[in-house]
Amino acid sequence: MTTTSRPPEVLRAPLVVEFPFTRSLGPVQSAFLTGLRERTVLGVRTTDGKVLVPPVEYDPATADEIRDLVEVAATGTVTTWAWNPRPRPGQPLDTPFAWVLVQLDGADTALLHALDAPGPDAVRTGLRVRVRWAARREGAITDIACFEPDDTAPGARRPAPHAGAFDDPVTGIVAPARLDYTYSPGAAQSRYINALAERRTVGERCPSCRKVYVPPRGACPTCGIATDEQVEVGPAGTVTTYCIVNIKAKNLDVEVPYVYAHIALDGAGLALHGRIAGIPYDQVRMGLRVEPVWTDSPTGGRFPDHYRPTGEPDAEYDTYKELI
Amino acid sequence: MRPPIRDIAVVAFGQTDHRRTSDEQSEVEMLMPVLHEVLDATGLKTADIGFTCSGSSDYLAGRAFSFTMALDGVGAWPPICESHVETDGAWALYEAWTKLLTGEADTALVYAYGKSSPGSVRDVLTRQLDPYYVAPLWPDSVALAALQARALIDAGDTDEPALARIAVRSRRAAAGNPHAQLRGPDVPVGDYVVNPLRTGDCPPIGDGAAAVILAAGDRARELCERPAWIRGIDHRAEAHSLGVRDLTDSPSARLAAENAGAFERPVDTAELHAPFTAQEVVLRKALRIGDGVCVNPSGGPLAANPIMAAGLIRVGEAAARIHRGDSRRALAHATSGPCLQQNLVAVLEGEDR
Repeated sequence: MTTTSRPPEVLRAPLVVEFPFTRSLGPVQSAFLTGLRERTVLGVRTTDGKVLVPPVEYDPATADEIRDLVEVAATGTVTTWAWNPRPRPGQPLDTPFAWVLVQLDGADTALLHALDAPGPDAVRTGLRVRVRWAARREGAITDIACFEPDDTAPGARRPAPHAGAFDDPVTGIVAPARLDYTYSPGAAQSRYINALAERRTVGERCPSCRKVYVPPRGACPTCGIATDEQVEVGPAGTVTTYCIVNIKAKNLDVEVPYVYAHIALDGAGLALHGRIAGIPYDQVRMGLRVEPVWTDSPTGGRFPDHYRPTGEPDAEYDTYKELI
Repeated sequence: MRPPIRDIAVVAFGQTDHRRTSDEQSEVEMLMPVLHEVLDATGLKTADIGFTCSGSSDYLAGRAFSFTMALDGVGAWPPICESHVETDGAWALYEAWTKLLTGEADTALVYAYGKSSPGSVRDVLTRQLDPYYVAPLWPDSVALAALQARALIDAGDTDEPALARIAVRSRRAAAGNPHAQLRGPDVPVGDYVVNPLRTGDCPPIGDGAAAVILAAGDRARELCERPAWIRGIDHRAEAHSLGVRDLTDSPSARLAAENAGAFERPVDTAELHAPFTAQEVVLRKALRIGDGVCVNPSGGPLAANPIMAAGLIRVGEAAARIHRGDSRRALAHATSGPCLQQNLVAVLEGEDR
């Protein structure tokens, strides 16, 4: 069956990308973050005598390896600021605050953090501030809960040498990250998904090379042009190749071993993949004719649950050899 | 500066209309018409292209390996010679330029695309920051730009009315750019997003794509009436920690410009990738842009800022002005990262025949 294209409804689904990065620390980062846990702010001295806070392991100007740790004060001066009227998820404070770069007393560079202040009128470059320590500290930049205004005079403290040695040093951090998206599959894939909801498999034909792509992705990767002619394929197809899965995937309600196969649906120019059932796993073979089995399960309604043998004779190799 | 060992020019440029959302299209569906536009403009087919290079980031739309699916729009089978950078397409153009310099290819297709609409781009961009000391605080892109703006105001380099004038000038210029997302004289200065930056100081968030074709020597002259010759191109980076930088200056942009030969003769046009108004102040200083230079006649990124494509668009817009005969020598700048972290400068020239 061939139909002309029409604008599909825009499909949308929430998509969460979440990844807890586990990162190891070098000697300088480890000392700095462990120090924060112990309410101690460490910097590192560069070859030309500047004190970098937060400290890094290589001099940003010379690339020298730098390991000469010093302790600086927990008080400092704002070097620039920006008032954030609407805090966003994950930021240090959930009430309006100022982003600040703070040059701590004894440091030559500035640290980015949040400043808890009543409003933008209370903040200025040159403002004196001090660290507000988090009640629970674990060796992370968030051990500084934020900065708060302070009335001590600047430069009261010179950096003191520090061995950077602490009991039970922090050697790594786990940095959780979560990003929320609204996923939309685009025109071709929306047409495909909408047809699947009607238990039809609809591919798209390249107007140039005439190949029918199932599932379609909107473009013919050979010709680089849009596939916009819909072609219903199947429902039956031929197993072109397969594998036997012996390891159970997490949360998968399917007993192993089972067969996962490439299936060229009748009329399709390439194979899609699906699970084969309704036949002992060790009897699946190339050329086996199969058909989709749809279920009404809430999670499986949009695509075939699996494919099962049709009972037809096996397809001749020559009929599918170009689709392997 | 020594001239490049091979004459390489931008011979075609195309871009989508940039929009707040393109949710009815996949990335390849958004990109493909632009690819066809530049191929049609030159009469080239995919098979004629010696090298293909793209720039994009999967984090924007949250779609893993989206660049491989975008390649479907090129017609990448049988396999073509191609590469991808996970940054703005201006850096893909740089890679393509070096490929053409080697003589291994005479033509290159460069494209870039970004869909910011599926996610929250201010938060997404925090993931590019130092993962130990900065990213755990989730400082969003506007907040970091606002710290830079405040530093400039404190230094006396600008003030809020001057920033507002940059915004107004950009969107007025964009009135003549049918691809721009935010254009015309009536774009309000708005409320503070992160003080001192107001909505008017920030780029629109949107989706879009762009493509460029490069060609070398006589091939460029065959393909284009008035090629935009790349006389020099270079890119440099600042130290990654914001607190060690002087946010009121951009030594990396200046060095890139010097290495690209930008200071050897004046330019008449500059397309600057300054997504936030205050960053134009930094770039004008670092790149020594005089008052007589036409800055961002396209409207620049304040009018359309499809992330990952906006830098390539600067090169394309500068080249297109040369193609049309509106410019003889133009500077194109692209940036990536917070507060002008990385900077690329290209110098393009037309030649009189």
